[in-house]
Amino acid sequence: MVKFDIKKEQEKANEHIKEQGLRVLVCAGTGCVANGSLKVIEKFRELGANVSTLTSYDKMTVVPTGCHGFCEQGVLVIIPDKDITYVRVKEADVEEIYQSHIVENKPVERLLYTDPHTNQHIHKSEDINFYAKQTRTALANCGHINAESIEEAIAVRGYEALTKVLEENNPDAVIKEIEDSGLRGRGGGGFPTGRKWRFTAANMGGKSYVVCNGDEGDPGAFMDRSVMEGDPHKLLEGMAIAAFAIGADEGYIYVRAEYPLAIKRLRKAIADAEAAGLLGKNIMGTDFSFELHIKEGAGAFVCGEETALMASIEGERGMPRSKPPFPAYKGLFGRPTLINNVETLANVPVILLNGASWFNSFGTEKSKGTKTFALTGEVKNTGLIEVPMGTTLREIVFDIGGGIRGDKKFKAVQIGGPSGGCLTEEHLDMPMDYDNLIKAGAMVGSGGLVVLNEDTCIVEIARFFMNFTQNESCGKCVPCREGTKQMLKILEKIVAGRGEMEDLDTLEELAIAVKDGSLCGLGKTAPNPVLSTLKYFRDEYIAHIRDKKCPAGVCTALKKIVIKEDLCKGCTKCARTCPVGAISGEVKLPHVIDQSKCIKCEACLGACPFKAIVKE
Amino acid sequence: MSTQCGSKIDFKQVDEIIQSYGSKKSNLIAILQQVQEKFRYLPEDVMTYIGTKIEGLSPATVYGVATFYTQFSLEPKGKYEIRVCDGTACHVRGSMPVLNAIKARLNLKEGQLTSDDALFSLETVSCLGACGLAPVVVINGTVYPQMTSDGIKVILDTIAKEGA
Repeated sequence: MVKFDIKKEQEKANEHIKEQGLRVLVCAGTGCVANGSLKVIEKFRELGANVSTLTSYDKMTVVPTGCHGFCEQGVLVIIPDKDITYVRVKEADVEEIYQSHIVENKPVERLLYTDPHTNQHIHKSEDINFYAKQTRTALANCGHINAESIEEAIAVRGYEALTKVLEENNPDAVIKEIEDSGLRGRGGGGFPTGRKWRFTAANMGGKSYVVCNGDEGDPGAFMDRSVMEGDPHKLLEGMAIAAFAIGADEGYIYVRAEYPLAIKRLRKAIADAEAAGLLGKNIMGTDFSFELHIKEGAGAFVCGEETALMASIEGERGMPRSKPPFPAYKGLFGRPTLINNVETLANVPVILLNGASWFNSFGTEKSKGTKTFALTGEVKNTGLIEVPMGTTLREIVFDIGGGIRGDKKFKAVQIGGPSGGCLTEEHLDMPMDYDNLIKAGAMVGSGGLVVLNEDTCIVEIARFFMNFTQNESCGKCVPCREGTKQMLKILEKIVAGRGEMEDLDTLEELAIAVKDGSLCGLGKTAPNPVLSTLKYFRDEYIAHIRDKKCPAGVCTALKKIVIKEDLCKGCTKCARTCPVGAISGEVKLPHVIDQSKCIKCEACLGACPFKAIVKE
Repeated sequence: MSTQCGSKIDFKQVDEIIQSYGSKKSNLIAILQQVQEKFRYLPEDVMTYIGTKIEGLSPATVYGVATFYTQFSLEPKGKYEIRVCDGTACHVRGSMPVLNAIKARLNLKEGQLTSDDALFSLETVSCLGACGLAPVVVINGTVYPQMTSDGIKVILDTIAKEGA
């Protein structure tokens, strides 16, 4: 018997929201906070105190929300009642917005987003290309609700799915719905979620756990952070539904230490949910109990791997364990454990509210639904997006992303972080889904998409990732521990200009050994960036090795700084600027750089008034 | 926050921390995090103490956990902890020049993590999740977006003047 009247609670919540008067939503995700959004919020609150004397609104409430996703244009301010979205708002702009728009109803044109193609000012976020092309389901509420209010979560149908699930009291039906939806693990593995639930539920009877993987270690990925910061109740609800379906009564959310705001919001959300009887003992007055704890990570990428994560929760070094046995059978503290990614779990309430067939109306044949991506790097509109599976890379980078910064040339997109690979021009029209990406030698991974332009050295990127995975290797198994070290040494040799052609064969041999021999996903996928870049940019490697040149002009050791004789006026400014005395020449005669002394600091380049010094 | 390096450690405080989480092996990481919060690093004596106090642990296992996770520091950190993000997005947008500028400004020698005046300590982190603002530097929780090698020098100078 479910003792929770969701409809009544929703009405109450909506009443409360109406009582807030004019709502001013200010993004308070980590990104916008760094850009001063807390000051913007304070200023709005200060000014809004007298709104009733100046307007027909009897109250103004400033609402801190989670990440909107349009990080390039932060701080974002949305006033739903006025159908307006302001971008790049600074504390100094608040007074003008308040006076001109809130009081006098005249929008402040200069703070509106300008469409780069039409040069028009856009009022509503739904009309901004960045948002218009997205389909936000997991991220639906991020940026629209007060992330620290359980009431606002309820107002947007939070906990309605859980109520339905408990009223119907049929765990098997829940699992079937998830199976039918086609949802696949959003953390990178892409394993069918419903099947995982089925396996774990088969072992119920004793103690079982639900664990949420909020480690999000991939550099360049912040999707899970945004869900945890912007709509924590959605995650809690997803976990509760999962626990009910697989027979668990206790759970953990493992959040990496680098996300203090997410940890804070989750703690508050859990406390509020427990107080409202929506979590903890006897949820909604039923027999179902689910106690949720938060475990903070301590800075180890490998702890994103499920068995290492569980070792970490158990208080040990985060070293992976062999599978089988799989967590569904023997996981946390030796018990059956369901472990899912944040985004996967956030999709659960959405699926149960709208139905499996709604969810699988999006996406491709084997990859259903939507996927969040963190679009970063050399793209105009960096930020967080959510699109249906099957959207092409071209749409993401050039449409939603607005194209390459500075209108430079597109070179590649690195997807899947340190476990992923590159996608090049030839992949621009490929529908992005789990299977297509694996065929192309990459993977969806967590969804981090880093755009690289012509000025990026691909070999250096491969070295960068190998350096990262080598550092993060836990050391337990030889292929990963030693193999990544040797691969890194070779890559370092190559970017330092000391590479030999045989190195490429050795690199490939090592890559296969590491892939085949490693114990866990970290080692198994660490060689991917190398293999992928070798496949599509072999010429660039060869240029570094055979010609001792870095085509992108990045690798310091391969840079050659030269003074053009015909342009040099012999003013001696460069010789005086050089910190190592590598430049010589007589006054009024062309100067020369001694390449053996030059440290490539480029100080002379900047000093020359005649632009006579160039990089070759 | 005071640094209790070398000086007498009040083990009663350690007991309080252990008790607040529960004297269980699975709480070790949280306990160590709280210890580091209090003492600004993990003193060897405290690690040994915890290893003997909690059942199922030993000084060796505690040391093993402390050295496995990058968040833990076995040496006192500076008053201002500088974290330079070297995640992919920040790296691509120029985190290395910023890092080098900091090392130069603080006169850090190879392998040195804390400045000689113990005012600053420096570390690189793999990703802070603020990729839209790359390159990012965090100092004691305050996020500085879109950093440059010149910009970071100004910030360090300002902090040094106010904080020394």
